Amino acid sequence: MIATAFSAELLSRLAPTSGHDAFARDLLVLPMLLPLAAACLSVLSSSLLWRRTLMLGTTVLLVAVSGWLLLMADLGHVLVYRLGNWPVPVAIVLSLDRLSALLLLLTAVVATGSAWAALRGDDQHGPYFHAAFLLLIAGVNGAFLAGDLFNLFVSFELLLIASYGLLVFGATPTRVRSGVHYVVLNLVGSSIFLVGIGMLYSVTGTLNLAELAQRVALLDAPSAAFARSGALLLFVVFALKAALVPFSFWLPAAYSAASPPVAALFAILTKVGVYAIVRMHTFVVGTDAGHSADLYGDWLWPMALLTVGFGALAAVGTRSVRRLQSALLVMSVGTMLASMAIGSEAGLAAGLFYLVHSTIAAAAMFLIAALSEQRDTPRRWTGLLFFAGAVAVAGLPPLSGFLGKVLILQALPVDGRLPVMWTVVLGSSLLAVIALSRRGAALFWGAVEAPETPTLPRISEPRSARRAPLSRVPPTALLLVLVVLTVGAGTLSNYTHRTAQQLLAPGHIRSQILNTPGGR
Amino acid sequence: MNLLLASAIAVLIGSGAYLVLRARLFTVLLGLMLMGYGVNLFLLAMGRVRVLVPPIIRDAGGPYADPLPQALVLTAIVIGFGMTAFLLALAVRSRAVFGSDHVDGLADAPP
Repeated sequence: MIATAFSAELLSRLAPTSGHDAFARDLLVLPMLLPLAAACLSVLSSSLLWRRTLMLGTTVLLVAVSGWLLLMADLGHVLVYRLGNWPVPVAIVLSLDRLSALLLLLTAVVATGSAWAALRGDDQHGPYFHAAFLLLIAGVNGAFLAGDLFNLFVSFELLLIASYGLLVFGATPTRVRSGVHYVVLNLVGSSIFLVGIGMLYSVTGTLNLAELAQRVALLDAPSAAFARSGALLLFVVFALKAALVPFSFWLPAAYSAASPPVAALFAILTKVGVYAIVRMHTFVVGTDAGHSADLYGDWLWPMALLTVGFGALAAVGTRSVRRLQSALLVMSVGTMLASMAIGSEAGLAAGLFYLVHSTIAAAAMFLIAALSEQRDTPRRWTGLLFFAGAVAVAGLPPLSGFLGKVLILQALPVDGRLPVMWTVVLGSSLLAVIALSRRGAALFWGAVEAPETPTLPRISEPRSARRAPLSRVPPTALLLVLVVLTVGAGTLSNYTHRTAQQLLAPGHIRSQILNTPGGR
Repeated sequence: MNLLLASAIAVLIGSGAYLVLRARLFTVLLGLMLMGYGVNLFLLAMGRVRVLVPPIIRDAGGPYADPLPQALVLTAIVIGFGMTAFLLALAVRSRAVFGSDHVDGLADAPP
């Protein structure tokens, strides 16, 4: 991933193509099309080797495609793909700016890591693991590329139904119970999503995000009140996906019940919610939205801070290492959104930097958590991995999480928010370090505390999964990606700054989408 | 007409929300279906209700109904159907695993 990021500047000058190149635009559909096609192919075959090859091959290919798209997006153009070649406000559009490209690449990297980890046997409980895995990636990529609200909804549903299947895969009692809660909660969320879409459509008459933004800004006061209600309902749904307090209580139960590779992949799911919030916050109800200006700002800041607090306290209060990592995931989401809620370019850039780091760190740590619960593998290397993973998720030096937190703290303007944010970020980091070192000491230096008593008789993992020791290679590879991120922090930080600049000038993106040449 | 539609949506979503908050998976499922119906009607209403008007623009002009919400509702119905089927399968599995259809997998309370 980072080899591409490193040479980004160099290659972007060498690349002869511009953003309006037809070839580049056609490639835009690949992040959705590749996993969808591979999922269909994998259902057809009964050969495990073939399905595994498809899964891993597609994720690796997606890393390459997304890397190339990132270089294209970094030229500064917004790439727009019109499905069916209809003219723009009518067509379903896929659009790619720097933010989407960054998240596509992040998804591909995390998916490769978890697909690799799934090869140890988590994918053998049934025939459709690989299909669900690939459909989930297609849904996530679709959400990042969607240029209109309803396509965003469809992508959400695609990734959700795949995630339902993956979550309960293997059907242990804990998985079924937390799966039921997760499914019911998200079905209610989908209903609210549709209501929000309907309300926005009724006053603006469009679903295309660019056109929607233009029309929301022009609404008169009564209509704007209606649009604001719709946009806030959408905020509730996105907050549910991103696990912002008070919508985050489902996450530790669900993610700690899932099998380790699935939990690692789910680290990206919360980022879909974060992405949708950022997109709406900067693009549709941003500072130039007339009566609806800066609608999310008032809510995002306190909710994000509460989320950090909830995550930190939940981390200290648990005895299961998987629940600990789930709580830390919630905490990291709060941290990045608090930084993005500041509203400045530096805050947005720092939040994005931390997003990239914390997602990869969380995926690695979910794998390490499962590894460290196994008693029969050599403990020393696992212990070292746990230590490295803990350094990464807690945001300690020397890894890039520390740089991310420093950037966040530096991004704050000197006003009333500064002491609050410093206290929350530093205090939560301290609590995370305490929780991680307690867990590490109990796991690797002899159990001081009694292990968590399961409330239900546990059905043992299938024999294939138990026989094959969890490989230490995938989490190590993900940690190595973090090392590269640390070394290449300057490149990434410059990129996130350019992303923030682009996001904070939404009028430019809008006109590029709406004035896309072509059509019938 | 508008009053009828509005009260239908209100009744559907209200009873759906009530049922979703019950402790039995079967009633939760019914509640989610009712909520889905209510939301679909709401989407339809958001495109303005026109009676006896085609959803196409004719060359001759004349009134037309907004086709977009109808397309949205169609998609939402299909997605809702798939989700309901999945939840039903999951509810059956949950009952097989726990021996009751309580949402938390708790044993049935003595009568």
